[in-house]
Amino acid sequence: MASTNAREVNRRRLLKGAGALATAGVIGMPAILKGQSGAIKIGVPTILSGRVAVLGQTSVGGLHTVFDKVNETGGINGRKIEMVVRDSKGAPQEAAKVTRDLINNDGCQIIIDAEASSGAFAVQEVIREIGVLCLHTNSETSSLTADPKLHVPTAFRTARQGIHDAIGGGDYAAKIAKAKSLKKWVTCSPDYAYGRSNTAEFMEYAKYFDNSIQVVDEAWPKLFQPDYTEVVTKVLNAKADAMYSALWGGDLVAFIDQGNLYGLFDKQASFMVNLGDYGIVDEVKQFPQGVYSGGRYNRTVPPTKENEDWYQAYVKTQKHKPTNWSWENAVAAELLVDALRKTNGDTNGKKLAEAIKGAKIKSPFGVDGTVTMRAEDNTLINYVIGYGLSQSKDPYISDFKTSSWEPILELEKAWKKKQGYA
Amino acid sequence: MDLEALMRCLGTGSCVVTQLTSGLIIGMLLFLIASGVTLIFGVLNVINFAHGSLYMAGAYIAWTLYQVSGSYFVSALGAAVAVGLLGVLFERLLMSKVYGSNVLMQLLVCYAVVLISDDLVKILWGPRVLSMGMPAEFRLPPLRFMGGVVPPFYLFMIGTAMAIGLVLSLIIARSRFGKIVRAAAVNGPMVSALGIRVNLYYAAVFGLGSALAGIAGALAAPVRSLTPGMGFSILIESFIVTVIGGMGSIAGAFVASLLIGFTRSFGSIGFPLFVDGVMFLIMALVLIFKPSGLFGRQQR
Repeated sequence: MASTNAREVNRRRLLKGAGALATAGVIGMPAILKGQSGAIKIGVPTILSGRVAVLGQTSVGGLHTVFDKVNETGGINGRKIEMVVRDSKGAPQEAAKVTRDLINNDGCQIIIDAEASSGAFAVQEVIREIGVLCLHTNSETSSLTADPKLHVPTAFRTARQGIHDAIGGGDYAAKIAKAKSLKKWVTCSPDYAYGRSNTAEFMEYAKYFDNSIQVVDEAWPKLFQPDYTEVVTKVLNAKADAMYSALWGGDLVAFIDQGNLYGLFDKQASFMVNLGDYGIVDEVKQFPQGVYSGGRYNRTVPPTKENEDWYQAYVKTQKHKPTNWSWENAVAAELLVDALRKTNGDTNGKKLAEAIKGAKIKSPFGVDGTVTMRAEDNTLINYVIGYGLSQSKDPYISDFKTSSWEPILELEKAWKKKQGYA
Repeated sequence: MDLEALMRCLGTGSCVVTQLTSGLIIGMLLFLIASGVTLIFGVLNVINFAHGSLYMAGAYIAWTLYQVSGSYFVSALGAAVAVGLLGVLFERLLMSKVYGSNVLMQLLVCYAVVLISDDLVKILWGPRVLSMGMPAEFRLPPLRFMGGVVPPFYLFMIGTAMAIGLVLSLIIARSRFGKIVRAAAVNGPMVSALGIRVNLYYAAVFGLGSALAGIAGALAAPVRSLTPGMGFSILIESFIVTVIGGMGSIAGAFVASLLIGFTRSFGSIGFPLFVDGVMFLIMALVLIFKPSGLFGRQQR
């Protein structure tokens, strides 16, 4: 009798459990179905206020050039792409919080991190914890993807990498240094991670290609410092043959305006990696002559129909010119769309990461019309790198020399070994 | 630290001239901004944490007027007047409601104004960097003294700031307006009891302090880039100057500004990585040994 009762109790329990499961499935199914059939939500933490608001504005502009076109043609398997953009105000802790909120509260399945370097490292740690797909689009600090200790399998970088620019730029600068006998150099860069690493890497490779170059003095103004008078006079007092600067944005404009007052740019050759951006090069009123600039984004670099078409489409819809951040975000969007098509719209972080890793896509910003997401460290390669002579009129750069990727990749390997990254 | 480089500079006429004028330039602009803060505090006992936003407004208004008029002098004057009026509005509509309140309430009101003004600037002028460029009147080659380089615009800036400082001191010390303002600073209700509309004078002082920030912004516009939020970068230094010089003392603001200016200019050669540290150290020493500031009055 007892065993019969026990069997009945177990059967009842089993039936109850099965019934509960079935109910949960019926209630939960619409939500699951909605998740796979509703909009694909992409969270974009970025800077929309303060001194660097233009970073956020032009980053989102770059994303729109791709996502709007995809949505116009029906989306991915009928699912539209929806961007949820949030302001981190440039504060790393806010960037991390905003990223968590986008995923946990706003239901975003993918993150396009359009933060500056300080925010990007904070977002990287959130992604490590949560595991959604993340594309870092603006941070150029090499270690973000070069350092294996920071590696996150679902995080990728489409921003240009400092070490790539440094090798290409160092080679270019060394050729000019040899031709014009520019032996004594002074540097003037913002005192934070990007400024320090970018400048160190550039000078390392300038000296590698021309070992007669020596750095006689360094100036390290604070990021967003309003006045550069004492920095300009320090650079003047160094009496160098050439100067390298990684200043950017409003800081660079202020430095040039104040440097002009002292005739700074008449006294030495100047190499400014960030001068080439629209919004900077076309905003400086008394443009110094003979300043060499890195190719950030320019409608004539590369001089292809695809690049010009993208520029025209951007200006038409966004009502302002694109920047370096714009193309980096556009590439991220292209890679993401390509990956979503491969996964049939599945937004699972691991599946998307597998699809993006090693992907090669057509791009107007690639040296040969393509860019590749390198599988070994999740970083973009084959984008246009180079330097040219800046000028005050359209196209704002002349005599542009595109760097070759073969030596860049070779020297990058050696640099990684030296840093202990490989 | 590179004290050897500093000694070398001090032994070279060109370097001394360049760094001295560099220090004067930094100091004089700081003085204009800090004198507005200290004037408002001295009379109204209110710390205007939104002062940087007034400086930002001055720069943007000057930029706009310059695009329209093509005259730098018109734009600088216009910016000073406009920001002075903005200051009066700010005082009448907001700050006057929190006189005598807890300093945290005053800070909250000012911070709200900072956030709103940063976003307003972004809406009206956009988030991009703007540059006025050097006005045609000042596009001259730099002058040379003993081999040192001195830009003509900077001489104009130094001279203007000193002249304004002198006029301000004379107004406060010698005019009827100044007398009433000084009396109101000591005992506002008593001045009011004498039939003087003290509120009007409070608004005028706030307007004057704001106009000083506005003219500072206009003087900075040809050489500094304009971006939303640019006011924050000068606010901290202006408070350091005010604390060192003494809250409420124009003369103190002048001396402290020069001290900070020369610390920055010579420090960039001798101890470039510690310039900010030295500035805060000076402030700390003043707070320890003379808490009211170098020229400040003792708090009762």
